[in-house]
Amino acid sequence: MDAIWTSKRLQLLLAGALLVLHAASAAAQLPTVPASAAPPDDGQWTMPAKNYAATRYSALDEINGANVKNLQVAFAFSTGVVHGQEAAPIVANNTMYIVTPYPNIVFALDLTRPGAPLKWSYRPRPAAASQGVACCDVVNRGATYSDSRVFFNTLDNNTIALDAETGEMLWTTKLGDINTGETITMAPLVVKGKVLVGDSGGELGVRGWLTALDVNTGEIVWRAYATGPDKDVLIGPDFRSFYPSGNGVDLGVKTWPEDAWKTGGGTMWGWIAYDPDLNSIYYGTANPGPWNQEQRPGDNKWTATLFARDPDTGAAKWALQYNPHDEHDYDGINEQILVDMNVNGKPRKVLLHPDRNGHLYVVDRETGEIVSAQPYGYVNSILSIDLKTGRPVMNPDKLTKLDTVVHDICPTASGLKDWNPSAYSPLTGLMYIPHENLCMDWKSRQVAYIAGTPFLGAEVITKAGPGGNRGEFTAWDPVKGKAVWTIKEDLPLWSGTMATAGGLVFYGTMDGWFKAVDAKTGELKWQFRTGSGIVGQPVAYRGPDGHEYVAILSGVGGWAGAIVSGDLDPRDPTGALGFNGVMADLKTKTAPGGTLYVFALPRS
Amino acid sequence: MSSPCRDPERPAIAMRLLQIGLVTLLALSANDVLAQQGALPNVDRGPETASVTGLFPNGGAPPPPDPIGTQFEANKLAIEGGEVLFGQMNCTGCHFNGGGGMGPALMSGHWRYGGRIDQIYESIAQGRPNGMPSWQLVLQPTMIWELAAYVKSLSVPVSQIAVPDTGAKP
Repeated sequence: MDAIWTSKRLQLLLAGALLVLHAASAAAQLPTVPASAAPPDDGQWTMPAKNYAATRYSALDEINGANVKNLQVAFAFSTGVVHGQEAAPIVANNTMYIVTPYPNIVFALDLTRPGAPLKWSYRPRPAAASQGVACCDVVNRGATYSDSRVFFNTLDNNTIALDAETGEMLWTTKLGDINTGETITMAPLVVKGKVLVGDSGGELGVRGWLTALDVNTGEIVWRAYATGPDKDVLIGPDFRSFYPSGNGVDLGVKTWPEDAWKTGGGTMWGWIAYDPDLNSIYYGTANPGPWNQEQRPGDNKWTATLFARDPDTGAAKWALQYNPHDEHDYDGINEQILVDMNVNGKPRKVLLHPDRNGHLYVVDRETGEIVSAQPYGYVNSILSIDLKTGRPVMNPDKLTKLDTVVHDICPTASGLKDWNPSAYSPLTGLMYIPHENLCMDWKSRQVAYIAGTPFLGAEVITKAGPGGNRGEFTAWDPVKGKAVWTIKEDLPLWSGTMATAGGLVFYGTMDGWFKAVDAKTGELKWQFRTGSGIVGQPVAYRGPDGHEYVAILSGVGGWAGAIVSGDLDPRDPTGALGFNGVMADLKTKTAPGGTLYVFALPRS
Repeated sequence: MSSPCRDPERPAIAMRLLQIGLVTLLALSANDVLAQQGALPNVDRGPETASVTGLFPNGGAPPPPDPIGTQFEANKLAIEGGEVLFGQMNCTGCHFNGGGGMGPALMSGHWRYGGRIDQIYESIAQGRPNGMPSWQLVLQPTMIWELAAYVKSLSVPVSQIAVPDTGAKP
């Protein structure tokens, strides 16, 4: 009975959504989301990005602009961990799964019972020493659910599969070594029977990789390194990049000084999208190491690079290096949202990627061609993106130098936007980007590689960008390539965002406000002060009672919030890789502590 | 001679030797500088006993400070030598200029494992469970004493530090 009622309700809902969508499409030809990568919403939230297209869009619309003012806490749950809670709550089969920062405890909450009591918990007990090689607080970006199993990563480099019903450990696979500086913080993605996992440690001379594990056994199926010879990068005869500088033999070796690629970074701690029609996964690699660029002349391939790969074999199809020879720590790990849209009257399969370098890339998913790349906030380190070469045109005044302070480079090292993911609403055709407005002073220093220690070579001081507001929330029109509206936030935005069919967009601030704004206008419709700053990822789901719920983890931390979660000293502005000074006031605005909050409308 | 690439173990061993050589080289050069200045004892050991707790049951007391420590503490040459090593050993990548990051702040005056120079020595030498590596197999005792002297010197009262300008002038 329940199922029939639900599916009928879903049909109505979909029909409504389609009507709205149709009307809107007729007016403006809004970008659509490929159906194979974003199936009809079933009311669950099984992976952090919601679907393979990474839209972070919920088709639920019970909570809307008219009633959101009544939203109230339905239940809460303490994680007991005082580090940055960056994970997305995962909802499947009427159970919610959350994974904490180190020590990476997994909690399963039973949504069918009043107050959502604990169903089971799993404690992997990662090595405590792993905390000493995690660059930017000891975060974890979430679990993923697939086929009655929960997959997650531990800071000390284990990927673990749990029975979703019982919490029993099914397999665990060790993928890296903390004594070489490796950790894992990303949320895995399950694609075609494989769990995809990447490593962290670009500040410790780690050699980056993406690894595919068999969902049933945990055995490694393939591993693709970001640096080194083509055989290690899984570049074969079918590889063809759109731009000439992306083609050649063993560029992952030749674009480095001798052996520097072995400690050159290119880790993968961010997001992966998947297009089933093209059978391609898309992800970006992180910064090259060390930060002192003078120790690594060359393009430093394939760091800060977008890869398209075959998920079955890992074979690279093409690559696009966003930031050749990066010298500002502009990782390429931010999300890519898959949409199909008309460009100059022609339909194109593209991905939308807001890069750390401040540009919103629209990239052809089939070829790797940059369709457009516009700044989505204040940028002065890059003058433009050359669409003929695919490379940024650098501002010579903002290039970094050994033993010299280069002032007011914008954006700062953490980028115009860091890892915290955007959302795309097919109803408005807008992308919602939670980001920063920060600049920096940078001084490069000579650094020696000592395994298991930071391989950094730079002293950075971050500052507020123009206007003094450190954060911005931007609604972006990917067709016109410009912002529609922007909300200025005092603190940097380090939380993800979610859009809903209720015409709302949710995000959180580092001083703890959880906000809902109008998706069309940006008008603030509702806000709630949670117990700590928010650096998590909002999700929405349909509860067993048929009603819509919105969930967020509160608990400040992460790179920007490390000053609070790590009790750092703001008098040294170079601390926390340059974040300490600009976040000095955060200690007066929030305190650490992880709590899950779940909201719903009052039941009359 | 066969190519080193044929044996998968050899590049790794070579890298390790290179690292050890590098660290030793750095160590020797730092030591030479100080030896020339002739002002610091060249010691071959850490503190006799150092404790990380303030609890001593049945009326016990903390072990007395090791006299070696007092020779290094507040010694300008030791602090300068320690500062050089602090950069060379990549301590800065975790603790920066004392404000902390991956590792805790060292300027705040709050010490998890004790702020006496002999306690700081032991934290550097032994490592600590939540992420501090152990340096006793890499650095000689004199160098660890110098590092401890520098780390100890980082605790400074608030009034002595200028507040940084945090606004950008793009």
